[in-house]
Amino acid sequence: MLNALPQKFRTWLFRPKVEHGAIMLTQRRIFIIPTRQGFILVFVLVLMLLGDINYNLSLGYVLTFLLTMMAVMSMLHAFRNLAHLEIRAGRAEPVFCGEAAQFMLHFNNPGKLPRYQLCLVQAGDSFWKNTHTPLQFDAPARLDSEVAFPLRATRRGWLQPGRLILYSEFPLGLFYCWSYLHFDTRCLVYPKPLGDAALPAGSSPDGTGKRNAAGDEDFSGLRKYTAGDALPRIDWKAYARERGLQVKQFSTPLGEELWLDHADAPDRNIEEKLARMTRWVLDAEAQGLRYGLRLPNGELQSNNGIAHRDQCLRRIALFNLGGEIP
Amino acid sequence: MSKSLTYGLLLSILMVIAPHADHLPPWVSGLCAGLLLWRTWLTYTGKPLPKRWLLMLITVAGTAGIVLTFHTLFGREAGVTLLMMLAALKLMELRDTRDAMVLVYLACFIIITNFFYSQSIPTALYLLATMMVIVTTWIHLQAPGIALKPRARIAATLLLQALPLTLILFILFPRVQGPLWGLPQDAYASTGLDDHMSPGSLSRLSLSEAVAFRVSFNGQPPRPDQMYWRGPVLWQFDGRTWSPGRSPFPVAPKFTGLGQPVDYVVTLEPHNKHWLFALDVPDKLSIPSTLTDDFQLLSKAPVNARLRYAARSYLVYHANLQESPRQLERALQLPPGQIDPRARQLAAEWRADSKDDAAIVNTALRYFSQHGFVYTLEAPPLGVNSIDDFLFTTKQGFCEHYASAFVFLMRAANIPARVVTGYLGGEYNDVGNYYIVRQSDAHAWAEVWLAGQGWVRVDPTGAIAPDRVERGLSAALSDKAALPFMERNPPQWLRDLRFNLDAIANQWNQWVLGYDTERQFAFLTRLGMESITWQKMALNMSAGIGLVIALFALYMLRHLYTRRPGKVQAAWLKLCRKLAKSGLPRAAHEGALDYAARVAAARPELARAILDLAARYSALRYGAADDGYARRDFLQRAAAFKI
Repeated sequence: MLNALPQKFRTWLFRPKVEHGAIMLTQRRIFIIPTRQGFILVFVLVLMLLGDINYNLSLGYVLTFLLTMMAVMSMLHAFRNLAHLEIRAGRAEPVFCGEAAQFMLHFNNPGKLPRYQLCLVQAGDSFWKNTHTPLQFDAPARLDSEVAFPLRATRRGWLQPGRLILYSEFPLGLFYCWSYLHFDTRCLVYPKPLGDAALPAGSSPDGTGKRNAAGDEDFSGLRKYTAGDALPRIDWKAYARERGLQVKQFSTPLGEELWLDHADAPDRNIEEKLARMTRWVLDAEAQGLRYGLRLPNGELQSNNGIAHRDQCLRRIALFNLGGEIP
Repeated sequence: MSKSLTYGLLLSILMVIAPHADHLPPWVSGLCAGLLLWRTWLTYTGKPLPKRWLLMLITVAGTAGIVLTFHTLFGREAGVTLLMMLAALKLMELRDTRDAMVLVYLACFIIITNFFYSQSIPTALYLLATMMVIVTTWIHLQAPGIALKPRARIAATLLLQALPLTLILFILFPRVQGPLWGLPQDAYASTGLDDHMSPGSLSRLSLSEAVAFRVSFNGQPPRPDQMYWRGPVLWQFDGRTWSPGRSPFPVAPKFTGLGQPVDYVVTLEPHNKHWLFALDVPDKLSIPSTLTDDFQLLSKAPVNARLRYAARSYLVYHANLQESPRQLERALQLPPGQIDPRARQLAAEWRADSKDDAAIVNTALRYFSQHGFVYTLEAPPLGVNSIDDFLFTTKQGFCEHYASAFVFLMRAANIPARVVTGYLGGEYNDVGNYYIVRQSDAHAWAEVWLAGQGWVRVDPTGAIAPDRVERGLSAALSDKAALPFMERNPPQWLRDLRFNLDAIANQWNQWVLGYDTERQFAFLTRLGMESITWQKMALNMSAGIGLVIALFALYMLRHLYTRRPGKVQAAWLKLCRKLAKSGLPRAAHEGALDYAARVAAARPELARAILDLAARYSALRYGAADDGYARRDFLQRAAAFKI
């Protein structure tokens, strides 16, 4: 039905607008239509009414009208279930390609009315057929609920959730009440690190100080596993002793500098090169090396630490995607 | 599908099926109960549902059973039975939400079928209770996460809000006079008079407490022994059963009323037959009807809904003074063959001894009162010569025995006579100022045609048990054990209670159940609506409903639209604006505490104050309790905050 509306009208009615900050679901933002279940109920009610008239059943009229009016009132309840929710988009932590990005959304329900059966789903191409699986949650009264909306990252770069549909069929499933949420939030997606790749034989920009690859045999201790660590470096024996996932750390004498240069990656494809470099950055950081990054469009001076690692990964993720260079 | 949801559905189905238990065939009641128990057990133990082929087998067998029991799958009884069996079976293959939804709709539909049998006030209350259970389950289906109590509260809210709207719809929804299509013969359950009378048929009916009709008189009501409510007239006798026979050439009845007419209003319960009841003989009736040549009132269609009509009758009259010879011939018909020889002989003796017809009538009545006849509900069975057996052997009988024997004797003595069935008397309800005529007031009497007087009513029962005529059934019977409890002499308070309840039931019948096109127009006119058309009603209905919904919307959404940020929030926002001006704006995603931490890091000199304020703010805003002291404290501190 809605698909039959002139495209222009629909575009106007559901005008997609990217929002920042908080969205208050006012009545202009909430739409409501009967569900299939609702139409079936109408059919049942018509049948009942015909029976009432034919057999002159006064109590039958009462029941039919009671059901009808409950259905009508459920529309008001459905609207109230969404109305005046305040929604803010929170941070989304960077993820590696192939993982699920978690977009944090805050649903602030200031009133004393709990909101039930809220569903969040990515808008599909067609109004009726949405193949995405919705995320379902409740927003208790007087609480700010944080909801993580997962979205699979399939490409490096910025991942935007696009237009989300917040909907609910509460309380009787007769009405589909929905609103569009389109935040300017985005999530950084790093390339998926290559499974295992040895660090390049270090070379400094001036060509001196060849780094011995055997240097990572100096075992210096264990630290907790973080996403992206190379599997061979996990201390499986410790894991078997149920001490959690630990990663072996190897030290290299300070002062040694490692350059992670795209030119050193043996791959022909740039994406594969980036995947390998991602692995390098992770490994280099894990080993506590000082490392620099060199890409065709610039370089990062050697350093170490989580902040440096993230910056390197960010450069790799956004390489050649246009837009701003951070 | 969770266990508690399944239990909810089980309870819903149980509640809609239970009222049907007493009129379903026993095997269907048993099957449904068995299926419900089985399902409960499966849910309780968590065992898997039965295989599809097994359910198919039960369905086919059950359907076959219904066809065998009712000889059809259509019509009311068979249809209702089938529907109920299918609902119970559907429970057995409850797999997803869609199945459950089908079941919820089915339950609502089955409620309606119960109204074929009863539409009383308790039924209406039970309807509300059932709806409450169904809607609670329905919400559970949509929102599995909600606990029982809030779920029931939402259901109750929906129901309560729907009630006033239902009232508006009920009053203003244009009524269409049914039926829209042909009703099956068994559309309505009914007890009442039949158009056949054989020994025992009226005494059986006398055991029923059911109300036949209610009457309110305008002005002085007649004496109870004058309240002969005329029903079917029976001409044809086959030796055992009286039936109406057929009038060969119906002619218009003629009568002259003598004395004062009586005006009254009858509210007749549906009995699925054509005849209407009125005091003899009716002169005027407010609804279309025909008066047959033997003074039966017939409506155009079978009375299958409660019917209200005003009537005027003459209790003293001359009826059909010039009766057609054909009719008189019919009124002398006796069963062929020589059955009941002794009665015929007795009549012949009377004829020989008397000088006119009136004398024979008196002789017959005297015969009944002097030969040890007993008036009883439990008459012994009669043989082939039923009249002889009754008159000379058993001498015990109920009104149908006396009427039958009397008319037989008159005919044998060559006096035209016929049997009239109907009701006699009525119970006065002083609460509502009307008379209740019950099935237990069913009666049969005789009419004889005397030259110069026309048809004259003779009640042979009055000769044996004058109390029956004057004071009702319970006064006349010596063995009251067979009577329904309330027909014996119950204590006064119980009588009062019963009258009060019946008065309420009467109002209910008149205003709720009897609310038809006519009543609707009368009621709306009284409310001040002029020149009523259905367009006007529809307009008023939409306006009324729109108004009430708007009021509900205002009430329900008041928190949303009148809410301004509270003082606490306003103070906090002001504080944030101050900080923003000094170059530290709050990011959209930042909570109060995160923001304060950032400010504290950037401006160490503000750290203590801002961290304290943020902590107080979030405690007030998102914490559970909001006591006035903490609020005031925060407001003061926020106002004092300087950069």
